Amino acid sequence: MTLYALTFALLGVGLYGLLAKRNMLKKVVGLVIVEYAVNLLLVAIGYRTGRGAPILLPGDDPALFAAGSVDPLPQALVLTSIVIGLGATMLLLAMVLRLHQRYGTLDVDRMDRLRG
Amino acid sequence: MDTILVGFAVFLLLGSAAALAMRNLLSAVITVGLVGMGLSILFLLLGAPDIAITQVVVEVIVVTVMIRVTTRTADEERGRPRSLVAVVAGVGAVLVLVGAALAAFASLPAFGASRAVPADWYLAHAEPATGATNVVTAILLDFRGYDTLGEVTVILAAIAGALVIARHIAGDGTRDAGGEPDRAPQTRNGEEAPHA
Amino acid sequence: MREDGDGLSVIVQVVTRWILVLIVVYGLAVASFGHLTPGGGFAGGVVIACGFVLATLAFGGRSGPARAFHRRVAQLEAAGALAFLGVAALGWTLGHFMQAWMPRGSGLTLASAPFLVLLNLAILLKVGAGLFAGFMVLVLFDRLTDAPREGEGGA
Repeated sequence: MTLYALTFALLGVGLYGLLAKRNMLKKVVGLVIVEYAVNLLLVAIGYRTGRGAPILLPGDDPALFAAGSVDPLPQALVLTSIVIGLGATMLLLAMVLRLHQRYGTLDVDRMDRLRG
Repeated sequence: MDTILVGFAVFLLLGSAAALAMRNLLSAVITVGLVGMGLSILFLLLGAPDIAITQVVVEVIVVTVMIRVTTRTADEERGRPRSLVAVVAGVGAVLVLVGAALAAFASLPAFGASRAVPADWYLAHAEPATGATNVVTAILLDFRGYDTLGEVTVILAAIAGALVIARHIAGDGTRDAGGEPDRAPQTRNGEEAPHA
Repeated sequence: MREDGDGLSVIVQVVTRWILVLIVVYGLAVASFGHLTPGGGFAGGVVIACGFVLATLAFGGRSGPARAFHRRVAQLEAAGALAFLGVAALGWTLGHFMQAWMPRGSGLTLASAPFLVLLNLAILLKVGAGLFAGFMVLVLFDRLTDAPREGEGGA
C-alpha cells in the first residue's frame, strides 16, 4: 500500500512540474516523470508477493509456474507504453527545438509575450 | 522485501522532486536519468525483467537526446515560478489527483495481492498455445498482437512527425535525415523566405 | 581526423569500433530469443539503436558506421513496420490475420516459436531504425544550424 501511495506522489510531482514550470524542457522532464509513475503503478498492481517473473524455466512444473508468477498482462502493456513514451518524448523534443529556434527562448511566458 | 521496494520508491520521489527543483537544466536531465535507472531496478524487483531491460536502454537514449537538446538550447531556468495562476493550477491538479487516488485505493486489492483472473489463464496457456516460455512475449506478440501492431503504427507516426518538424527546423528542404547539410537551400513550399 | 568538428577522442573511437559489433550482436540475441528469455524486439531494437547512437557520437554524424545507415534510416523503419504487417498478414494463408502460420518445433530453441521470432525481428528493425532516426533528427539539427548557411532558410 505504501508503494501505491508513493507512486501517486510521484505522479503528483510530475504533474506539478508539467503545469507549473516555465521552461519547456522542465515540462518535458515532468511528463517523463508522469510516464514513470504510470508505468510503475501498472506493474505494481500486477505484483504478487513472493512470486517470480513470468518466464517458464527449463524443468519448471507448469502447474507450479502458473501459481507462482506475477501477472504478465500489465507487463506486456507497460512494455509497449515505455517504447511509445520514448517516441512521444522524441517528438516533443523536436517541437522544443523548433520553438527555441523560433522564439530564442524556452520560457513559455516569454514566448507568450513574443508571439505575433 | 517490501522495505527495499519502498526505499527505491522514495528514491524515485526525491530524485524527481530534485530534478524539477534544479535551476541547471543539464543537472535536471541527468537526475531524471538517474531516476529512470532506479525505476528499472524497481521493475526488476517487481518481477518484470523484460521491462527492466527496456527501461534501462530507453533511459540511455532519452538522456542522451535530452542532453543534446539541453546543450543546444543552453537556457538556464529563470528564478520565479511561472505565474500565480499556473502554480495554483498545478497545486489544484495535484489535489484533485490525491482525491482520485484516495477513491481508487478503496477499490484496489492490497499491494501484492492481485486477484486478476486473466493472469492465471495466460500463465497456464501461454507455453502450450504459442511455444513461448516468456509469457510477456507470448501476450505481446500473440494473444494481444493487435495492440503491438497499433503500437508499431504509433511509433511510426511519432518518428515521422519528428522528422517533419526537424525538416522545418533545418529549413533547407533536404529530403531525409541523411541529406547533405551543406546543400544550398531549396524552396520546398511557400513558407521559406525569399533569398537575396 | 575530425572532419567537421564533432566526434570524440581516438581512445573512444577505437573502443567503439571494438564493441559496436558486440552491441549489435547482443541486440540481435535479445530480440531473437525474446520468446524464451527476458527481452524481445523492443529491448533489442533499443539496444541496437544505442549502439548506433554511440557510433554517431564517437565518430561524428558524417563519418563512421553511422553514415551508411543513417541515410536510409527512415526507409528501414518503414520496412520494419511493413515486415511486421507482412508476417501478420501471412496468417491469412491459414485462416485469419496474425495467426501463427509457421510450424512449431519442440524444445527451448529458436524453432519452438518461429512466428514470434519473426515478429520480434520485425519489431527490432522497426524500433531500432525508428529511434535512431529520432536521434539523428535531433543531432542533425545541431549540425544544420551550426553550419554557415547562405540566406535565411525557414522561419
